[in-house]
Amino acid sequence: MTAAAGYDDVVVTAPVTVPYQRYSTKGAHWFLGRAVAGLLDASGLPKSGIDGLCVSSFSLGPDSAVGLTQHLDVSLRWLDHIPMGGASGIVALRRAARAVQAGDASVVACIAGDANRVDSFRESTARFSLFSQDAVYPYGAGGPNVSFAFLTAYYMRTYGATAEDFGKLCVAQRSNALHYPHALFTTPLTLDAYLASRMIADPIRLFDCVMPCAGAEGFLVMRRAEAERLGLPYARLLGAIERHNPFPDDPIQYRGGWVLDRDALYAQAGVGPRDIDVLQTYDDYPVINIMQFEDLGFCDKGEGPGFVRRNSFEVGGSFPFNTCGGQLSVGQAGAAGGFLGIVEGLRQVTGATLGAQVDGARHALVSGFGMINYDRGLCSGAAILGAA
Amino acid sequence: MTGGVRRKNPILKTRQPTLPPALRSRVALGMTAGAAVGRLDLQQCEQCGTVQYPAREVCRSCLSGQLVWRPQDGLGTLLSETVSRASMELYFRERLPWRVGLVQLAAGPTVVAYVHAACAAAPADVRVEVALDRAGQAVLVAMPLDAAVTLAEDPRLHDMTCDPTHRKILVTDGKSEVGQAMVRAFAAAGASQVWVGHAEPWKQPPGFAALAELPQVTLVPLDVTDGQSVTELAGVIGGKVDIVVNTADHHRTYGIAGRRGVETAQAEMEVNYLGLLRLAQAFGPALRGRAADGDAGAVAWVNILSIFALANFPPHGTYSAAQAAALSLAQCLRAEMRPAGIRVVNVFPGPVDEPWNQLVLPPKIAPKGLADAVVKALKATVEDVYPDPVARDWLERWRADPKTLERELMAASPSSAG
Amino acid sequence: MTTDALTGFAAALAAGQIRIVDLTQTLTPDFPQIGLPPEMGQSRPFRLEEVSHYDERGPSWYWNNFSCGEHSGTHFDAPIHWITGRNLPNNATDTIPVADFVAPACVVDCSAESARDADYLLTVDRLTAWEAEHGRIPAGSWVLMRTDWSKRTDPAAYQNYDETGQHTPGPDVDAVRFLVDERGVIGFGTETIGTDAGQAAHFTPPYPCHSFMHGAGRYGLQCLANLDQLPPTGALIVAAPLKIRRGSGSPLRVLALIANGA
Repeated sequence: MTAAAGYDDVVVTAPVTVPYQRYSTKGAHWFLGRAVAGLLDASGLPKSGIDGLCVSSFSLGPDSAVGLTQHLDVSLRWLDHIPMGGASGIVALRRAARAVQAGDASVVACIAGDANRVDSFRESTARFSLFSQDAVYPYGAGGPNVSFAFLTAYYMRTYGATAEDFGKLCVAQRSNALHYPHALFTTPLTLDAYLASRMIADPIRLFDCVMPCAGAEGFLVMRRAEAERLGLPYARLLGAIERHNPFPDDPIQYRGGWVLDRDALYAQAGVGPRDIDVLQTYDDYPVINIMQFEDLGFCDKGEGPGFVRRNSFEVGGSFPFNTCGGQLSVGQAGAAGGFLGIVEGLRQVTGATLGAQVDGARHALVSGFGMINYDRGLCSGAAILGAA
Repeated sequence: MTGGVRRKNPILKTRQPTLPPALRSRVALGMTAGAAVGRLDLQQCEQCGTVQYPAREVCRSCLSGQLVWRPQDGLGTLLSETVSRASMELYFRERLPWRVGLVQLAAGPTVVAYVHAACAAAPADVRVEVALDRAGQAVLVAMPLDAAVTLAEDPRLHDMTCDPTHRKILVTDGKSEVGQAMVRAFAAAGASQVWVGHAEPWKQPPGFAALAELPQVTLVPLDVTDGQSVTELAGVIGGKVDIVVNTADHHRTYGIAGRRGVETAQAEMEVNYLGLLRLAQAFGPALRGRAADGDAGAVAWVNILSIFALANFPPHGTYSAAQAAALSLAQCLRAEMRPAGIRVVNVFPGPVDEPWNQLVLPPKIAPKGLADAVVKALKATVEDVYPDPVARDWLERWRADPKTLERELMAASPSSAG
Repeated sequence: MTTDALTGFAAALAAGQIRIVDLTQTLTPDFPQIGLPPEMGQSRPFRLEEVSHYDERGPSWYWNNFSCGEHSGTHFDAPIHWITGRNLPNNATDTIPVADFVAPACVVDCSAESARDADYLLTVDRLTAWEAEHGRIPAGSWVLMRTDWSKRTDPAAYQNYDETGQHTPGPDVDAVRFLVDERGVIGFGTETIGTDAGQAAHFTPPYPCHSFMHGAGRYGLQCLANLDQLPPTGALIVAAPLKIRRGSGSPLRVLALIANGA
């Protein structure tokens, strides 16, 4: 396989967060519309200054990105809709970057957001996918809790991870979140409190689960010259990968698609794991964080538990990770959960964090994971953002 | 009534039935056909032999569109499991916690399945069975390899069965040989009460008087051809019956030319078709209302039909037509009982060894064999019962090609191959 | 009857000088139906199915459909009912002369004998003994056999079946011939489910009352009630079957008119 071309001078800029709410009566169009407004506000661009749009949302139906163009009355020459959940941020970034690089668009707004009414989560999980509808949801395994319980139990049994290992990550993320103004969880979490939280689906505890909420995230993709013309702080896109349905013959998931693509990622970016100053993983269940540590090459497969025990994950720790608190402490605003890491990584390498800043952060690795279609997450992706 | 009979507190609201999620794609319903008769079928590719799950439109391996449902042994390994303690669905919230697992079948695919309490902790060897849940949909259950373990032994999975133990049964006609056998089978199966319907009280067929000596049995007047009789009985016991077993049957052995007029055909329709309709109208609503009435609530409706319902057996031509009508109505009943989770079990015996089948060549199923099959079906989770070799033979031929079976049946014997 | 006679009759009715007794059983689905061996054709029992009951099927009215065989409940047998009467003129419910629907009755009380013996048979001797007491049976009158069978409200006791068949009283062969040939009665009526005895299938000929009565163009009444309220003589019977074309019989209301003091 030939190596993918690099992204040249494509940059990422204008991180925007539409503040999260546990429940909201507003629809997805409201959150996505406010995200675009935030991008215009941050960039100083008029509506007409955006000629590309990339949208991710679970609750936009029956509309797609097309309907949103009229809803927001934006005229575009490039439009995409990325239905990849936790991987949608990375995939949107890749798509947008290539469009800008090829000249199909000049400025692409990447937005993700979801509504959350009181019964939204049940409705969306009931019909999340055909396989889920046919072969998971009927077993009371509504939502991904049970699926991740299987993976977590298997991982613990196979590699010796403990509840304390998962708890350590959750506690660190909460600690990071206490500095982040948009986090829905605002009180410290102790390991004891984590361990005492009720079982949801053994060995998954309440604090292993993200809290569904409403909200949106967004960023702009453009050439460096455009960012400089607008006077926007930016991050360079050093490399990005994605993979879908990576190991269909694994009887149960214990690894993700990053394993297949990480070498390409680091080669494209020209940096290695040791050069990463801050890591943003997709954290919908702690076991997936540990899998990403392994599969992105921070440690070997099966050494995740040891890696967790050796490191500290707070902003000031040995391995700064999920520095705004991640979805576990901020909340999961549907598809926006797949954008949270990019927006936070962008803020870290541009020195514009809303919470705690990792000193001298030059390289942020952002990882995405999504779509428990049946028994495993199918989509994975990762990107490395470099400081200007 | 005394010890062992649970009485509910009358000031408490009777719970309304809830169901597990019933939505399935059309292709996934293929598993239901096997589950209806208690058989685990999975999708298999006719081109490359790959067994796959969940159901797909094409083969996951070679992308062939020629997929068939084939019986599987279900052997596999429980890779991982959990105890689900939270759910957004009412049905599960009322029944938490559940044991659920991921099983790798020796045949290939990994399946999500309920895990029986008797299974060892993962990793463990298991045998995956299929069951019909209370929504009437096929679900997979990981069972221990010991074939003696039954679904009903797991208190969570027991809900999927219609176990007659401790339940109150109405056998609509206890006078026929089948009816009598049914009453005895339910008494032996531990039913707490068996109401035995009897029409035309001046007729006392052999064996009938002895039924009344069974401690669980109460004889009740019931003539399914008389709407008032059905309504009156429903008014007395309708709020108590947990399982209706409709044994009422009028069987004559005529085709069209062999019997002038419509009198016998009308009588067959009156009992087998309209009788079912009257019973369903009178007893159905009360059953639906008690579908969540504790551990011994209303659970099932059994129709003793005939394999002749599938295709006309000309020597018993008008009877076959009445059976076809009854089957069609039973499908309607199944649809109407489904929102309450009441299982409608249709039983399709081949010729029963009773006087109207005197001239039918063996094999014929004995009334006791038929009754035992009904009890067994209720203890399992099946909804279509083909209890004897002739019935299964017919079913196989009918499924293969109804037209071929029609031609074969132009010869006289139900087990004839033409 | 002259106009004056009818005026007198009406006046007597209005004055309560004439009592009317209902000899009819209520038509209900529970009332026993004649039973034949199961391979034979069967008379449908009386059935009532509601059409509407002030409800969505008919907001202001209540009515039913009913169905039954011609020989259900208290019913009339026409000569055409039996093969012996099949070729007679005016042998069906629609063609029988209406004058025959009103006729006097002789009531023979066999209740004591029937209580002792369910298979009791009415004989010529018993009939001549009755005549010795009450006078000769007039031609054109009904002979009604009182057995008090109608008081058996338990359907099983009414039908009185065992493994050898039905056990109910009725006339023997000679008694039927005597009534038809010697007395010229218009018909024979019973409280049981047939005009013949329960075991009459074993007589020679079988079912003599059906065979001879209908063969001679006479009628039958079955499942009568309240015969215990009738005098041995003097009652006038009104028994008009439904006008069914080529009907072999029909359920009907049977009334007995009795003058006070009779």
